[in-house]
Amino acid sequence: MTDAKTKIAQQFMQALPHARALGMRLVSMGDGQAEIAMDYDPRFVGDPETGVIHGGAVSALMDTCCGAAAMSHPASPGGTATIDLRIDYMRPATPGQRIRAHADCYHITRSVAFVRARAMDEDEARPVATATGTFTVEGK
Amino acid sequence: MMARTRPEPVQVVKQRRDAALKALVEGVPYIGFLGVQFDRRGDELTALMPFEEKLIGNPLLPALHGGATAAFLEITAIIGLSWGMLWEEIESGAFDPEAIVGGKLPRLPKTIDFTVDYLRSGLPRDAYARAQVNRSGRRYASVHVEAWQDNRSRPFAQATGHFLMPRRDG
Repeated sequence: MTDAKTKIAQQFMQALPHARALGMRLVSMGDGQAEIAMDYDPRFVGDPETGVIHGGAVSALMDTCCGAAAMSHPASPGGTATIDLRIDYMRPATPGQRIRAHADCYHITRSVAFVRARAMDEDEARPVATATGTFTVEGK
Repeated sequence: MMARTRPEPVQVVKQRRDAALKALVEGVPYIGFLGVQFDRRGDELTALMPFEEKLIGNPLLPALHGGATAAFLEITAIIGLSWGMLWEEIESGAFDPEAIVGGKLPRLPKTIDFTVDYLRSGLPRDAYARAQVNRSGRRYASVHVEAWQDNRSRPFAQATGHFLMPRRDG
């Protein structure tokens, strides 16, 4: 990614109050692909007994990452909103570990972007969750 | 003929139920982080997510973040499902609500999958949601949730999720 593009991508994250509240950091974004990381935080815990992060926080990470992938597709004029998003939770994320999502906008039309994503903790061979979603394609 | 036991005073019953619900909700840090609250009328729960700046996803519109909406729906589903189980156990006497208040929280259902439909953009206002448990078996449950803002008949998001039920002892 060029420096200019990196800067735009970083500004994109900073402009989203909810992504900022969850401490999301953009790792990369471009050509219909995006990668975003979210550090472990005790405030995001969903199961007090095990200390596992709430599914809702993982959903927010997936949604942001999928939206970023859709926006970064060369055929996208820039804006997007989620139409639908399905998340499959394969296993609990290991408490204390950072979660990283990678999204791929694998098809786009004039109106709809089709995106899939994977979320991983430090054990990258076994995804924590996968997502598939459709997003609107809108002008800036 | 046996004398019927006098029903407990309504305030005692209410207080016990409200305390159990409060302990269940306050046990989950992420619910507190998003500021989600629950309003109880009998066994029916309505979730409330008061508007806050940090819930915004698109600052230009502005609109609620899809992730905040998804989390709100998932929280409503999990608490709705847990409350349904807990309600039956409290009423039948199988579960002592005092134990929950004392910190012994029931184990929560685990999300298997969750699908959110975004019907219209979430406005920068308070949001409400209700869950309907369509099936609750011994191992799996299917729950539908609807969220709305000013107008109950115009939901801004809905979701369906499947959950793995916690193992019950005995």
